Amino acid sequence: MSTQDQHGRGRSRPDRPRHRSARLVAAALTVSAALALPQQAEAKESDAVLTVAVAQSVDSLSPFLATRLVSTSINRLMYEYLTDYDAGDAHPVPGLATRWKPSADKLTWTYTIRSDATWSDGRKVTAEDAAWTFNKMMTDDKAATANGSFVANFRKVTAPDATTLVIELKKPQATMTALDVPIVPEHVWEKVGDFGTFNNDKSFPVVGDGPFVLTGYKPDSYVRLKANKNFWRGAPKFDELVFRYYKDQDAAVAALRKGEVSIVAGSPSLTPAQAASLQGVKDIKVNDAPGRRFYAIATNPGARARNGQKFGDGDPSLLDERVRHALFMAVDRRTLVDKVFQGHAVEGQGYIPPRFSTYFWKPSATQELAYDPAKAARLLDQAGYRENADGKRVGKDGKPLTYRMLCHATDPNDKAVGQYLKEWWGKLGIGLTLDCLDNVTDPWLAGRYDLAFDGWSVNPDPDFVLSIHTCAALPATPKDTAATDNFICDRTYDDLYARQLAEYDPVERAALVKQAESRLYDLGYMNVMAYPNAVEAYRTDQIASITTMPRKAGNIYGQDGYWSWWSAVPADSGDSSGGSSSTGVVVGIVAGVVVLVGAGVVLGLRRRATAEDRE
Amino acid sequence: MEPARELRTHAGTPYLRYAAGKAGGAAVSLLAVLVTSFFLFRLIPGDPVKFMTGGRPVSAAQLAAYRREFGLDLPLWQQFTDYCGKALTGDLGTSYQFRAPVIDRITEALPNTLLLTGTAFVLYTVLGIVLGTRSAWRHGRLGDRLNTGVALTLYSIPSFWLGLLLIIVFAVGVGPVPGVFPTGGMESGGKEGFAYAVDVAHHLVLPVITLVAVEYGQTLLVTRSALLDEMGSDYLTTARAKGLRDDLVRRRHAVPNALLPTVTLVFVNLGRTVAGVILVETVFSWPGLGGLFYQALSVPDLPLVQGLFFVFASAVILMNTLADLIYPLLDPRVGR
Repeated sequence: MSTQDQHGRGRSRPDRPRHRSARLVAAALTVSAALALPQQAEAKESDAVLTVAVAQSVDSLSPFLATRLVSTSINRLMYEYLTDYDAGDAHPVPGLATRWKPSADKLTWTYTIRSDATWSDGRKVTAEDAAWTFNKMMTDDKAATANGSFVANFRKVTAPDATTLVIELKKPQATMTALDVPIVPEHVWEKVGDFGTFNNDKSFPVVGDGPFVLTGYKPDSYVRLKANKNFWRGAPKFDELVFRYYKDQDAAVAALRKGEVSIVAGSPSLTPAQAASLQGVKDIKVNDAPGRRFYAIATNPGARARNGQKFGDGDPSLLDERVRHALFMAVDRRTLVDKVFQGHAVEGQGYIPPRFSTYFWKPSATQELAYDPAKAARLLDQAGYRENADGKRVGKDGKPLTYRMLCHATDPNDKAVGQYLKEWWGKLGIGLTLDCLDNVTDPWLAGRYDLAFDGWSVNPDPDFVLSIHTCAALPATPKDTAATDNFICDRTYDDLYARQLAEYDPVERAALVKQAESRLYDLGYMNVMAYPNAVEAYRTDQIASITTMPRKAGNIYGQDGYWSWWSAVPADSGDSSGGSSSTGVVVGIVAGVVVLVGAGVVLGLRRRATAEDRE
Repeated sequence: MEPARELRTHAGTPYLRYAAGKAGGAAVSLLAVLVTSFFLFRLIPGDPVKFMTGGRPVSAAQLAAYRREFGLDLPLWQQFTDYCGKALTGDLGTSYQFRAPVIDRITEALPNTLLLTGTAFVLYTVLGIVLGTRSAWRHGRLGDRLNTGVALTLYSIPSFWLGLLLIIVFAVGVGPVPGVFPTGGMESGGKEGFAYAVDVAHHLVLPVITLVAVEYGQTLLVTRSALLDEMGSDYLTTARAKGLRDDLVRRRHAVPNALLPTVTLVFVNLGRTVAGVILVETVFSWPGLGGLFYQALSVPDLPLVQGLFFVFASAVILMNTLADLIYPLLDPRVGR
């Protein structure tokens, strides 16, 4: 019975596959058509949208917590600071404050807060908001998370009236026109309970007074901002600004090619291969801008704490200035720029990159540690490290010079430069082992290295990068952590550092900063090999013009200010909404239909062909 | 009545005992995971506070404040008891880098991962089983060789490479043929309701295709191999001798008996769907757990790493236990 039954049910089947195929095809067509819809919807958007591909995920949108570049850049768009940096040469220009003046004793700064700025909810921005922001950071550890260092030297902050802000200092501080602290609306933020966990990312729009207003955020997906039409400096030209998250830069470059994004940010920079692939592509411009970073070799000058205790295991030969100079004179910076950075960098000289022209310093011809392997060899001889029969440099103890160099495992430049150093120093008779690690911080702070690849992004105000080489930056004890970069501690340098920080005259201060750089160069603890460029690319059919910083030839993403996004002008023909052309949609639908119908037909024919077999 | 009661006694009790044993084992495993996750990730070199503040001007007092805030100044045993106590109440701590409860970050990313890997899982499992069955049944023929060859090739392809290839061809477009799918992400943003669903589906196509292409081969090969083992069995000859159609012999007799290894694989894969697929999520910038895990490890954001590890391990343990509980239903010899 069962056989007959089954057989019988089997016989009734011939029509079913056809129905099933038809249903499959119909369903697939519906899905295919539906999947094409978003692009049509996007194409209808009339607002000019500027989409930025970023690689870094947002850590927090609270200006009190955010530390990553992407987050602080967004904060800069949402909230005004007291001062901004000029897009031309980064000198301080009015922001929320229109004027500022120090007292004769250099300990009190008075700022005039502009009266034409309003919060996006319509309330006026007052000096009270600024005073409240600073006071909050001074009294709540959690509110000091991101920018606490800016208020560390503040004694008192008050707002005598709506347009006057007074900051009293413990000691003179030249960086009072470079306070990178977003000023928030008191009437909104006074309601926040725990500043350590409030991320400012749940309720939209977020009240601000910057050129853009935060209107939406999804972690690791996007951040959306609308143009603030009432911004005191004038409304941005794009209606909307979207930061879209791309974990893979190749995918971001693909999105740029397609037009889904308007710009691929230069952080991290595009690789030479990516930049080369975009050169000459229609409607795409590669912006190869001078960078704000320096890339250096650092030596371990003998790790020590403020209490005088020495620690770590740096090679003692590096305490000899002649050895350090010899190492640096055997580095061919030109070759590194040409071969490793493939031209997307500038040869290194002083500590601060040339884009910060006010503070840029370069050694004189007599002072320069230029590439000269022969002189390097002579210096090593003088220092008592002569070549033995095997061609190895040995000291008085008979041990050959072999250094360990910390390198970042994720940075291909470190590895490539490391190979060149091996070769160049090998010719001098010096061995080199590269310790490439995911995390170099621990051995670094423990002083367990001889040499290290080092690099910092420099701010328009050079105070911070200079401060990390002062004796005060050393850890209190070997167990403590501190802001020191390489345990450098030199009284002459410290004196110059202190004088520049207390000098309010810009010209005098710049001269002192350059003297400090010169001293650092002569000490030979750091060898700046290159200033890598910020390489980024954008679509000229979406962005007609955009301000770079420095204005003449600078970068777009990660500026010290909001100039790029605030100034960007949409291209007339630009469909900046991020969709592909309608041709693409049509082709996509047709292709999908052809494939699905084909699949349906094949399935049907196959069923029919094998029906006899199965029966 | 009597024989029936006897049957219940013999059939029911051993299964319950078997199931209780498996559930107990799972509970012990979960506890072990909880303990391991705490100590294991403390072996990762790196001081989270130093990493978080790297490159910023931070005073020693601030560094100390961070340590206090995150409980890093406490002895390890105290950190451990705090961690266990909170974990039992569902509190997995606060992420160092995102300053948000770990459980919030996980619940934000989990649905995204489940959507991507879950969709792919259904497709590659069905495709793997169907094609694997057909391949085995007609083993040695052109179709089998083709199926197996394609599956092996795709299985060997690195998923990120295939993903990038699909982006270039189907998202950017090649030559005069424009791309039709988004290059990455899960949504365009600013859409709601049906438009949002369609938008997400649109973004889902390429990553799902990538995952299916790379993953279905494994199911196909396991199914094919298991079925091939059954092919020469006497009961199949008997079934054919009864006059059953070949199709029915395959579906009703051979496949159910050959299913055990496939079921194991399916449940293992099901457990893995929670962990996401880091490389595919990276290439397509999918905001899921895989990417979150990578970010957490690179800091290291210990609470987030621990929380994710616990969730991943729990999913695998849960699925393996479920598989164990289902085996006796498929094959009564298991669990006796």
